[in-house]
Amino acid sequence: MDDLLSEFLTETNENIGIVDAALVELEQNPDEGSQIDNIFRLVHTIKGTCGFLGLPRLEAVAHAGENVLGKIRDKELTVTADVVTIILEAMDVIKEVLEVLEQTEEEPEGDDSDLIARLNDVAYGSGAAASAPAEPEPEPAAEPEPVAEERELKPGEVSEADLEAAFNAAPGPEDEAAEAESEVRPGEVSEEDLQAAFDAAPGPEEPAQEAAAAPAEEAAPVAEAEKPAPAPKVIPKKEPKAAAEAAPKETSLANQSIRVNVELLENLMTMVSELVLTRNQLLQMVRGMDDNEFTVPLQRLSHVTTELQEGLMKTRMQPIGNAWSKLPRIVRDLSHDLDKKIDLIMHGAETELDRQVLELIKDPLTHMVRNSADHGLEGPADRLAAGKKETGKIVLDAYHEGGHIIITITDDGRGLNSEKIKAKAIENGMATETELEGMSTQQIQSYIMKAGFSTAEKVTNVSGRGVGMDVVRSNIEKIGGTIELKSEEGLGSTFTIKIPLTLAIVSALIVECCKERFAIPQISVVELVRASTDGRSDNTIEMINDSPVLRLRDRLLPLVHLNDILRLETAADEVAEQSEAKGSEEFIIVSQVGAYTFGIVVDRVFDTEEIVVKPVAPILRDLSIFSGNTILGDGSVIMILDPNGIASKSGENVVGDHSVEEEAHRVSSESDKVAMLVCRAGGEEPKAVPLSLVARLEEIDVETIENTNGQLVVQYRGKIMPLVTVNEEATVVKEGRQPILVFSDNERTMGLVVDEIVDIVDDHLNVEMASNVEGMIGSAVIRGKATDVIDVGYYLQKCFGDWFGSTETAAYGSGQSAQRILLVDDSPFFRNMLVPLLSVAGYEVSTAENPVEALTMRDQGKNFDVIVSDIEMPEMDGFQFAEEVLGDDRWADTPIVALSSHTTPQDFDRGRKVGFSDYVAKFDRDALMNTLSQTLRAAGGAK
Amino acid sequence: MSNTEEMQEFVTVTIADQMFGIPVLQVHDVLGSVKLTNIPLAPPEVAGALNLRGRIVTCIDIRKRLGLPQAENDHKPMSVVVEHHGEPYSLLIDSVGEVLSLRTDKLEMNPGTMDSRWREVSSGIYRTEDNLLVILQIDRLLDFAGGANVAA
Repeated sequence: MDDLLSEFLTETNENIGIVDAALVELEQNPDEGSQIDNIFRLVHTIKGTCGFLGLPRLEAVAHAGENVLGKIRDKELTVTADVVTIILEAMDVIKEVLEVLEQTEEEPEGDDSDLIARLNDVAYGSGAAASAPAEPEPEPAAEPEPVAEERELKPGEVSEADLEAAFNAAPGPEDEAAEAESEVRPGEVSEEDLQAAFDAAPGPEEPAQEAAAAPAEEAAPVAEAEKPAPAPKVIPKKEPKAAAEAAPKETSLANQSIRVNVELLENLMTMVSELVLTRNQLLQMVRGMDDNEFTVPLQRLSHVTTELQEGLMKTRMQPIGNAWSKLPRIVRDLSHDLDKKIDLIMHGAETELDRQVLELIKDPLTHMVRNSADHGLEGPADRLAAGKKETGKIVLDAYHEGGHIIITITDDGRGLNSEKIKAKAIENGMATETELEGMSTQQIQSYIMKAGFSTAEKVTNVSGRGVGMDVVRSNIEKIGGTIELKSEEGLGSTFTIKIPLTLAIVSALIVECCKERFAIPQISVVELVRASTDGRSDNTIEMINDSPVLRLRDRLLPLVHLNDILRLETAADEVAEQSEAKGSEEFIIVSQVGAYTFGIVVDRVFDTEEIVVKPVAPILRDLSIFSGNTILGDGSVIMILDPNGIASKSGENVVGDHSVEEEAHRVSSESDKVAMLVCRAGGEEPKAVPLSLVARLEEIDVETIENTNGQLVVQYRGKIMPLVTVNEEATVVKEGRQPILVFSDNERTMGLVVDEIVDIVDDHLNVEMASNVEGMIGSAVIRGKATDVIDVGYYLQKCFGDWFGSTETAAYGSGQSAQRILLVDDSPFFRNMLVPLLSVAGYEVSTAENPVEALTMRDQGKNFDVIVSDIEMPEMDGFQFAEEVLGDDRWADTPIVALSSHTTPQDFDRGRKVGFSDYVAKFDRDALMNTLSQTLRAAGGAK
Repeated sequence: MSNTEEMQEFVTVTIADQMFGIPVLQVHDVLGSVKLTNIPLAPPEVAGALNLRGRIVTCIDIRKRLGLPQAENDHKPMSVVVEHHGEPYSLLIDSVGEVLSLRTDKLEMNPGTMDSRWREVSSGIYRTEDNLLVILQIDRLLDFAGGANVAA
């Protein structure tokens, strides 16, 4: 057949299929403008092509149809069932003609003048439209013929029809039927059907059932069309017209999708990948040159390549249900073997992801579901005893989130037993008791996913979980995914898997470290920070006992030097030279692995590049630090860093440290732990100050210290910064560099002279002894040593009587009568800490140790302008307190600001819900000050 | 010499003045000096990776693998590309010589006094007129599970 003609046939068949569907939709929603445009365009295309190919009959019908559609589009004609019917009729005629055309390559003879006249009547309104539905039947008579021809073409379908008819008519010789059926479509029988059939009737006719059940739907219309005689028995209610319509429609549907060999797709993908690389290479070459003749075509090439890449990517997408299809059977078998009752529920099976990824997660998923069924769920007796339903549930859920697909596997079984895992971890020497003591339940449970935790049998006995969960984890991590585990003993477990949608082509950031270039997948890069080690830029890398950290906005970011991690040793002096030259400037790639955020320090950052990830050679597979390698635009090979690997290299326990909930959990278990900076100043005994109050750690050259009005000052960042000593004994060193702690508040900064910065520790802070020494809050045991806790407020006051000037942190309405604050916090430390700060800011502060005490104050008739309340308190927590306050008229108008170490969005929401005016992180002094003045301003404005 | 089945062809290469033979059928390419990308943390025998017409090839430093002294700094190694389990590897060598066709029955056992690292990777020795040719077994050469301690 003529290529042009065959193409036309395919295309037109497809278009008519679309038009059919769109017309039906249009009929239901006549006001939908986009549908009619689409239909009109398609019919117009058909008409145009027919004219071009010299098919006058088709052209005439299409033209008449187009006229009607044009009127509808121009709103000169309203969409009614009649109008749609007649257009559909025209489409049917076109379909018939196409059928014949396909067989004979000739337009069949025929007279459409009646149809065209009626179409024209509708279009130009002679009232004949009403008569249209009366005679829609003239054409269908022609139908059976072309279809019958098709039947010869596809003998398979005939037997299907026969089968169908035979099966429906009389359940007789099914075995034979089944045989015929399976010859026709051996692959079409899905497992569910098999299963259903199997469950329904375990008898001799079982194969027939299953076979017939599968294609029943498709077969039915075919049967009607092709075998009018037996068909009426099958579906007697349908009009022959409907049947006639169905048959050709099926061919057009078949034309819309084709089966392609996966290998072909893979090859195409590889080639596109190579194309992308070559494109990058060309771009790289041209980038250096100014305008030249290549620029424009190259841009176009680049554009087309991108489109091609995206398009091909789409062809590779498959619903995740494909990976799940075997699961019902597996679960069913397991439930039989194990004598358990199991419900497998699957949501989001249509969620699509890259074929390659799909293949890679298939096994881990199967494995995990098997685990859930085997070890997670209890037997029916145990379940009943535990007060659960007899039937256990395994829920699979998949959905897209960002560039990722999230899959969760939940069971309502027995969950994990932390105690046993702990015991096992200690037994295997993976952790010490002390280490485990400090871990959250999740962290402990995550041990089951660590390599070397235990062999299968043992874990099964111990925890009821886990043949090779470490293998599952490493498989998932290999494709750049993460897996989290949440389990509650007795209630079940949830595994959450997060994997990228595709692996083939990713955007990566190219960085340099020790003259070597590396790529970091863009997806794990949160932000880039430029920092220096000498205070010249805003961001300074500070050292805590040889561990570099960076103050990034309100948090402390642990840093790793890429050259340390990679053990890259360019001659040390060369590095020194280099850093000397560029003013020790460094780039920090803020990267996130699960909930763990850290910075990777590199020498330089280049731009981003689309890279094609290629797996590393097998002998390098053990290097967890690389996720692959690739060829850059300039033709050089580059290694792709895996932030997961870097994180674990840097010693962080990443596993199970992922979820936000868990983070919150962890915080709550450590809520009263405070990061304290321990230093020595004015005496041997250690002193401590909450790290959150320290703006910066500096070392200043002693020679720059000046003396004005008996006050030591230093020029710092273009301003004069007063220096204070902790007490009279403390002195500034004579020469060299003087470490100081910088406290900062907007424009004012103060330096506290210390002898040595010792460490930063996370510890419980209980000020056990109040101090009568000025400048000290009291003593606390930190790192097993009695440590004086510095009262920063005292020094601030000492330095600046007017520390809190007229900036926005000043108390609202200062100058008028002081605003009254009630501070409710069970920790004496914070009360001690905040009272001076707030008083200096000009507030009148009252304190209460707990909500009960605060409510007593209410009963005593005291009034405050604002209440600042902690959240975690014994007896009554902050949320209850807020409800209590709002539930009573006396203080209902008083705004309440929550002060908490829980600052996850969930907490925030909850806080707002119960009526907190605002929610401030416990250690964020600036935020507290701002919030207070804003809250008061808002409240003041409202009054 | 009449029976060709008993003949085997070897590409001869020189590394640190020693002649080695590599079965010619296993050699895919011979490259001049190319730019290598260093792979940090890789086993010491892995010299880096290179781009061979769009394929990433892992380079093996045979000197390290065999415990030979390191070449001088200005030394520009060539490489012979072989395939092992479907993955391309390039073996760094000093120079490549002719292809020799040798009778399989002339292959002699490795002398027992030979360095164990050599014995491990060599399938035998050929005596040629003016040299001894150590036949390298690529599979063994590239299988260095315990390789990390070889060059240490």
